[in-house]
Amino acid sequence: MEILLVGLNHKTAPVEIREKMSASPASGENFLEGIINLPNITEGLYLATCNRVEVTVIANSVDSGVMEIKNFLADYYKFSREEFETFLYIFSSTQAIRHIFRVAASLDSMIVGEPQILGQVKEAYNHASDKGILGMVLNRLFHKAFSAAKRVRTETSIAKNPVSISFAAVELAKKIFISLEKKTVLLIGAGEMSELALKHLSSNGVQKIIIANRTFQRAQNLAEEFKGEAIIFSDLYNYLPRADIIISSTGSSDFIITYPKVRQALKERRNRPMFFIDIAVPRDIEPNINKLDNVYLYDIDDLQGVVDDNLEERNKEALKAEKIINEEVDKFIGMLRTVEVTPTILSLREKLEEIGKDELKKTIARLTNINEKDKKVLELLTVSIVNKIAHHPITFLKKKVADGNTSFSIDLVRELFHLDK
Amino acid sequence: MDVILFKITVLFYFLGTIGYLAYVMVPKKPVSRLSYLLLLSGFLLHTASFVVRYIMAGYTPITSLYESLFFFSWTIIGLFFLILLRYQLPILGSFVSPLVLIMVIITLVLPKDIAPLPPILRSFWLPIHALFSFLGYGAFALAFAAGVMYLIQEYQIKRKKMGSFYRRLPSLEVLDNLNYRCLTLAFPMLTVGIITGSIWAEYAWGSYWSWDPKETWSLITWLLYAALIHQRLVVGWRGKRAAIMAIIGFLSVLFSFLGVNLLLSGLHSYVAW
Repeated sequence: MEILLVGLNHKTAPVEIREKMSASPASGENFLEGIINLPNITEGLYLATCNRVEVTVIANSVDSGVMEIKNFLADYYKFSREEFETFLYIFSSTQAIRHIFRVAASLDSMIVGEPQILGQVKEAYNHASDKGILGMVLNRLFHKAFSAAKRVRTETSIAKNPVSISFAAVELAKKIFISLEKKTVLLIGAGEMSELALKHLSSNGVQKIIIANRTFQRAQNLAEEFKGEAIIFSDLYNYLPRADIIISSTGSSDFIITYPKVRQALKERRNRPMFFIDIAVPRDIEPNINKLDNVYLYDIDDLQGVVDDNLEERNKEALKAEKIINEEVDKFIGMLRTVEVTPTILSLREKLEEIGKDELKKTIARLTNINEKDKKVLELLTVSIVNKIAHHPITFLKKKVADGNTSFSIDLVRELFHLDK
Repeated sequence: MDVILFKITVLFYFLGTIGYLAYVMVPKKPVSRLSYLLLLSGFLLHTASFVVRYIMAGYTPITSLYESLFFFSWTIIGLFFLILLRYQLPILGSFVSPLVLIMVIITLVLPKDIAPLPPILRSFWLPIHALFSFLGYGAFALAFAAGVMYLIQEYQIKRKKMGSFYRRLPSLEVLDNLNYRCLTLAFPMLTVGIITGSIWAEYAWGSYWSWDPKETWSLITWLLYAALIHQRLVVGWRGKRAAIMAIIGFLSVLFSFLGVNLLLSGLHSYVAW
């Protein structure tokens, strides 16, 4: 019995291959069935996201299992095997376990710590579970992977700092203002990026949204979508004093928001803080307004800087996470080995007890003048002989669990005591 | 007895401060919780020590430098716990507890004898004057802590380079708000403290105001804070300027409290110290 993983991800395979594989979704009914029907496979699970495609199985042996899966995948997706093979990674036993744990904990993701992957793994697990093709080993393996991922999440701050520009902007706003709910956002210029920031802000509770765009129609459309108010572009300075958060992304080559305008607005709003986000290139907002008290200006490079710092922080946290994963992998392997030796221990006991019982019966039948008390004594004698004989082989097996070398010892004990008739 | 209690108090404040400083490094809830409990135990012992001394002395024990610092630090911690009831702000402890720890350690080395109170000072104005003055001082101390926190956070956001405090500290608006609330509590207290002191002075020395250094410095402090609150209400001063003013104001408090007593002499000299 071997745990085996065959897959490819954003590091090993180009996007065309990944696209092709996630486009013909393997939820296609016959995919999992195809895998489980392979002669040397006993349990199976299939994970497909836009960055990775992985098959995890329990196979009777590594070589035959790998061969069968490779052939099956190449056939299923109609790739030539030679070309396809170069994109694949193959892990078995401990390495496979560690890989699954790392994937679930988002340590193998393109953006380390991104939270979606755990949900995707869970979905893949549920799908396979519904199909009834998970046995005891994969069941336990994935449950352990989920709890390891949870430990990583709670014990490290791997996912705490935002690593996208628009999220970073929202985080900053939360460090300037008490709550975003009563704040007013002024959007100048409706671009894709500013729309994204707007979306994040409104999902964080911002209710009052004012939109100024050179094409009024476009402003109106956006205003409808976010329940905001569209204004004529040239009116925007009248609205500036009302705005707490200002996002600018016009195509203008000159500054739209200048130092005097901001100073004026600030005076009118009695110095209540203003947070300017300039995502236009070339910039829309005069940089020196950041020198004004209670005014905070971040341009696209500043936000990128925050994101880069956060990424660095994440990578530091990832090192802590790897330690946690190692611990969890060790624990799981220990458990797996205990599971491996348990049947042997049980059948050894059974076998010895059976011998004892048989011999006791024969002996009692041969003795004529035997009372109940002597019978009891003989029974006790057999029980203690059986226990004494069983004791050492059982401790031997348990000790091998700790050392990590079980399969040879299992074979040895089984053969010595003739457990497989 | 009261001094022994106070020594144990200092020990608890010491442990609580270590806890709160560790919380800066390890921002986990159990750390702040434990520090909170240590500090709270210290505060209860502190209170007990005050009560015991009150009973032993037979008058409100705020007459020597030891007793004043003792009471000053008590109001700071007490107000800190009041703020924690309103604000989810454990990190405030990391700023307030070191300040208090320094104060109580200084207190420890001062002479602690209970000196007989001169008849001239035996008056029911003593507890009233002292209580209001020190509650005002305590609230100014917390405004100071909020101001320091504001400046740190503002510096990080302006500089666009986030240090380790960035995540631990709350938003600028929260800190500014806290600063303002402490000031609006402290200022009336100080005002009442000065007025009751003046009335007491009329009874005791026969003059409402005699320009001794303590009175002069209290007036300077009062004017500083009055200016700050005026600017805030009328011009909308807030944020960085308000934070800096709160810090300057507190330095003035410290000087009118400690500096005047140690460097200048006047009517307010303590009975013993």
